[in-house]
Amino acid sequence: MAKKKRGGPAGPRPFWSGTLAFGLVSLPVGLFPAHRSKPVSLHMVDAKGTRLARRYVCSKDGKPLEWDQLIRGYPVEKDRFVTVTDKELDALAPEKSQEIDLKRFVPVEELDPMRFERAYFLTPEKGATKAYRLLARAMETTGRAGVATFVMRGKEYLVALLSQGGILRAETLRFEDELRTPADVGLGDPGSPATAAVKRFQSALKPLRAERLDEAALEDRESQRLIKLARRKLKAGEDVLGKKRKRGARKTGSGASSSPPDLLETLKRSLKEGLEPQEPAPGKKSASKKTASKKTARKKTARGKTAGKEAALSEESREALYRRAQARDLPGRSRMSKQELVDALSE
Amino acid sequence: MSARAIWKGVLVAGKERVPVKLYSAVADRSVHFRLLHRTDKAPVRQVLVNPGTGKPVPYADSLRAWQADDGRRVLLTDDDLATVNPDKSRDIELLSALPLGAIDHRWYDRPYYLGPDGDDRSDLDALATALERDNREGLARWVMRDKEYLGALRVHEGHPMLVTLRHREQVVSQTALSAPGGAALDRRELDMSKQLIGMLETHFDPGEYQDEYRQRVMDLIDTKRRGGKVRKAPPKRRRASSDLTRALEASLKQR
Repeated sequence: MAKKKRGGPAGPRPFWSGTLAFGLVSLPVGLFPAHRSKPVSLHMVDAKGTRLARRYVCSKDGKPLEWDQLIRGYPVEKDRFVTVTDKELDALAPEKSQEIDLKRFVPVEELDPMRFERAYFLTPEKGATKAYRLLARAMETTGRAGVATFVMRGKEYLVALLSQGGILRAETLRFEDELRTPADVGLGDPGSPATAAVKRFQSALKPLRAERLDEAALEDRESQRLIKLARRKLKAGEDVLGKKRKRGARKTGSGASSSPPDLLETLKRSLKEGLEPQEPAPGKKSASKKTASKKTARKKTARGKTAGKEAALSEESREALYRRAQARDLPGRSRMSKQELVDALSE
Repeated sequence: MSARAIWKGVLVAGKERVPVKLYSAVADRSVHFRLLHRTDKAPVRQVLVNPGTGKPVPYADSLRAWQADDGRRVLLTDDDLATVNPDKSRDIELLSALPLGAIDHRWYDRPYYLGPDGDDRSDLDALATALERDNREGLARWVMRDKEYLGALRVHEGHPMLVTLRHREQVVSQTALSAPGGAALDRRELDMSKQLIGMLETHFDPGEYQDEYRQRVMDLIDTKRRGGKVRKAPPKRRRASSDLTRALEASLKQR
């Protein structure tokens, strides 16, 4: 599949773009993931080293299918589905899919860390920088987090808006019913342990005491071993397939070949200048509505457009792609590398 | 209702060894759709194909390759991948005991409860109490199904809990970013903003927030199932407030 350089100065697009409402103040923002995918991703190839692609086939007649031949279905009984279109899903929450309405502010320390799921950086869009700075400053000095619910890509999220060092972060929180209680999983009430036993554990913990988290302990040792092994084989000429790319060998900073190289740059720039509001995709769609790229895919009937779509998908984090894959129920998605997800999604 | 444990292991803190079971503290409530073939409504399946020939390739015949920056690929055999896998073990090793909060929640991934492996939970209770008295949380490492995990060992409602952590490479550092800048903020606007936050201030009550959208999706499915009509309304988007002072003043008056 041809990798095409994408034109335009935009770099990675926001994961979601919409409006932050603070009282009657409207603040258009973009959300960029604060997490990225694993530092290494593997491709699926055949014995000759040809990169394999994923295709959908109908389970009934075995025919290969294009995107515009697919539809989402919810199982209601055996082999019977209710089909649902993206338009219908979008129409379920027209305001909430456009807007994070900060109706509540709570003390930051009241948010239980086990609720936090994923973080996104907020960047102001054009014309919103001043309001962004104002809100960030006011929240930081008062030690408050904004709380709201909103809809992003076909799912509602509870979100906490946090301000730190002049930068706003939106962190999704698990809803109450998404968390199990100890009783839910069948754990009995904790008893009151014997003093001697507590002392025993306290002294076991004592030699382990450290005052700060050593971030080196958080390194992905597995990925590092994998890259090391692959580089060693490359050097030794063992199981090496294909030829060196001649010119324009892609430089991917710090060897993190699977993370969008310019996410950080885009973030830096858009925090500084305020991003242009996202142009609605072909047709009159707002950016936040491009759920799982499905409808865009449907519009793009011309075969040549796939490369562009693939490139656009490559800009997203693995997590983002995984969610798209989840929304589309791609089998084997949890085992797929980022590139495999891009391939599977761009078909 | 009790849930099934997802894994069994032994929590190791120095000389202490506590056999434990892990239970997911997260319940999946998402609405899961299947992809169907539009015309005959049959579910689709995915196959691997050689994109050049269009011929399907059985999954079992597919191999893994790593791509170098120069475009070459290195085949990684099952044996290669096995050497990369961490050694099998049931030990959840406590690496350090940190002051509570030393592990920023941005590292957090998924929470799991620890229950006793067996009926005797006295050691788990003692461990939880020890952590609470010391005001500490643990940093732990273990291997679960050929994958290495790091976790924060915390206490939740008296129960020890492991929250898996993201790897260092997976969290975008905020120190690499600089906040939007500009002219000094208007004092009056800042005061009004703080005042507005004050008016909207409350305690965090998680029960107050419901996933209404999920319910609407289920209602939509139900309506369609019974052959009812559904609406398709186009959403619209608000513009940036151009006069901040006025918008803030109006917000304060409204309340």
